[in-house]
Amino acid sequence: MQAEADHRELKRKAEAAREKKAAFGEDIDLETFRSGSKDLERVKRLAELDEEEKRTLLQAGVLPTEEGRSGSFVLMDESVVHASSKAQGVEVMPLKDALKVHEWLKDYYWKGVSPEADKFTARTYLEGADGYFIHALPGTKVSAPVQTCLMLKGKGVAQSVHNIVIVEEGAELDVMTGCSTSKGVERALHLGISEFYIKKGAKLTFTMIHNWSEQIGVRPRTVIVQEEGSTFINNYVALRPVKSIQTYPTARLEGPGCFARFNSVAIAHPGSELDLGTRAVLSGEGSRCEMISRTIATGGKVIARGQMVGKARNVRGHLECRGLILGEGGVQIAIPELEAYVPDLEMTHEAAVGKIAQDQVEYLMARGLSEEEAVGIIVRGFLEVGIRGLPENLKREIDATMERTDMRAI
Amino acid sequence: MLEIEDLHVEVGGRRILKGVSLSVLAGYTNVLFGPNGSGKSTLLMTIMGFSGYKVTHGRILFNGEDITQMPVTERAKRGIGIMMQRPPNLVGVSLENLVKVTSKDKALASGAAQGLDMARFLERDVNVGFSGGEIKRSELLQLEAQNPCLYLLDEPESGVDLVSIERVGSKVRELLHGTSCAGRRGRAGKAALVITHTGQILDYIEADRGYVMCNGTVMCSGNPRELLQEISKMGYEECIKCKLKLTTVN
Repeated sequence: MQAEADHRELKRKAEAAREKKAAFGEDIDLETFRSGSKDLERVKRLAELDEEEKRTLLQAGVLPTEEGRSGSFVLMDESVVHASSKAQGVEVMPLKDALKVHEWLKDYYWKGVSPEADKFTARTYLEGADGYFIHALPGTKVSAPVQTCLMLKGKGVAQSVHNIVIVEEGAELDVMTGCSTSKGVERALHLGISEFYIKKGAKLTFTMIHNWSEQIGVRPRTVIVQEEGSTFINNYVALRPVKSIQTYPTARLEGPGCFARFNSVAIAHPGSELDLGTRAVLSGEGSRCEMISRTIATGGKVIARGQMVGKARNVRGHLECRGLILGEGGVQIAIPELEAYVPDLEMTHEAAVGKIAQDQVEYLMARGLSEEEAVGIIVRGFLEVGIRGLPENLKREIDATMERTDMRAI
Repeated sequence: MLEIEDLHVEVGGRRILKGVSLSVLAGYTNVLFGPNGSGKSTLLMTIMGFSGYKVTHGRILFNGEDITQMPVTERAKRGIGIMMQRPPNLVGVSLENLVKVTSKDKALASGAAQGLDMARFLERDVNVGFSGGEIKRSELLQLEAQNPCLYLLDEPESGVDLVSIERVGSKVRELLHGTSCAGRRGRAGKAALVITHTGQILDYIEADRGYVMCNGTVMCSGNPRELLQEISKMGYEECIKCKLKLTTVN
């Protein structure tokens, strides 16, 4: 009964927020998009997908062979095409199914992200969107990542997705999500709600590779709720052209002794607008946070936001945000914010935007490299710092993605 | 191999070199002495072609070709290599990667690094957090990978501790002279222009000719060991006075 009353209340709020513009990013008229197909056929193994689909998966770091993965999940438009887990103690299933199986899941459903936040969350709520549910049982530690892919297939589609990840007490989980667009899809929209819950002493490493295309709008809404002594490592990679991305994942470090780290690397190609934020609210005593952002504007626009809010004693945080402008027409806007509400804490930031240092380029040229080669090496190094400290296997994936990405544009 | 003719250079609008002329023959190792701020590093940076070093007069010839306006890469490709005093940090670029790219030979990196005791630095970012001696060894490792015909070495011994000086000195010797005996150096073709403030590097290399630079010009030239002895005894101030005397006499 309570659940139904809650739903009625949330629905009322979501209805009221249907036209509510987001706090950041260019507005998008949702009426001009249709819903994605919800009844695409499921496959037992990713190997059964057609070659084109496999290629699309691979471009976003998702392996069709499922080798070295502890689970896989693929959503195309709004249909769950595959969900499987190979690891004991890890559940991977469509969120809608999970809600039927686990009565308790309603305590997490829409508890991190609120439906009335803006028109995008409202639409996703009202659509009753499906997505992945990944659950690591207490004490489970799997080294191989669970891979998930959110793919846009239909033209003019607005894909609504709702994901929940729960890492129970003492568990450790890696999740890699690759977002991708099928060949030939021009205009489309991705709305993704993600709610991550990391319990006491647990650890979640979440890697997101955005591999959209020129005419895609992207509005993810992510909240991470951390309990005592938990760790959250977030890696975000967006190297391909896209129309616009506006995202502002927020980690709530509620328990004492939490740690969160955000690494972001992104390239804004001509015509792309990337409004990439990261927010951490540190309300647990002694919690720590690091944010590292490395972005390149090759003609597009980057807005790198970072906000750290310190609300407890002995909180420490550092925010580092560097933006390169290569060539003409690029825009870099860095907006680091620090907020302290108690005296006993220390939060710092450093931000820098501009071109590549000429002395570095010439140093490499003096070793016989051409100017283009020198710039290429420095740019790769610049991005490399953004993903440093990741587990080797994840790093190899990202390196491979960077390799596949057309770096000639830079 | 290298011919500098009446070179005038400005840095940030200030005249630093005021008519420098000198030459380095194939197989020769020439040494530049001079007090701080005399223009020694400026000369090397100008020969390499770095921006910010504006040649207002004179020219630089390398193997008979005028390279005064040539881009840095082209000079490097023709066989000029530099060991810098204060090279920039390359964040995110590992030393190993750089050496591989420069040498186009994967095997070389680890072997050469062993010799310089730099193996454990291969994974590190180039110059980031390196000590004085580590920078020298890293520069030498890169030069070995590059394998130039003319080495421009800017104070190879400065900031190097006593243990490392042996390593740095021996490596410089190996690079410049190889295994050839003195009489055959000319045929090996490796030449060098070495800046030294203290002259310590002369304990390791066979220097053929020395130049003393003061205030943007070459004051005198001669046998490098004799010059060093004079300088150690009298200091650079005497050199300047000596030059003044010569001018008056003339």
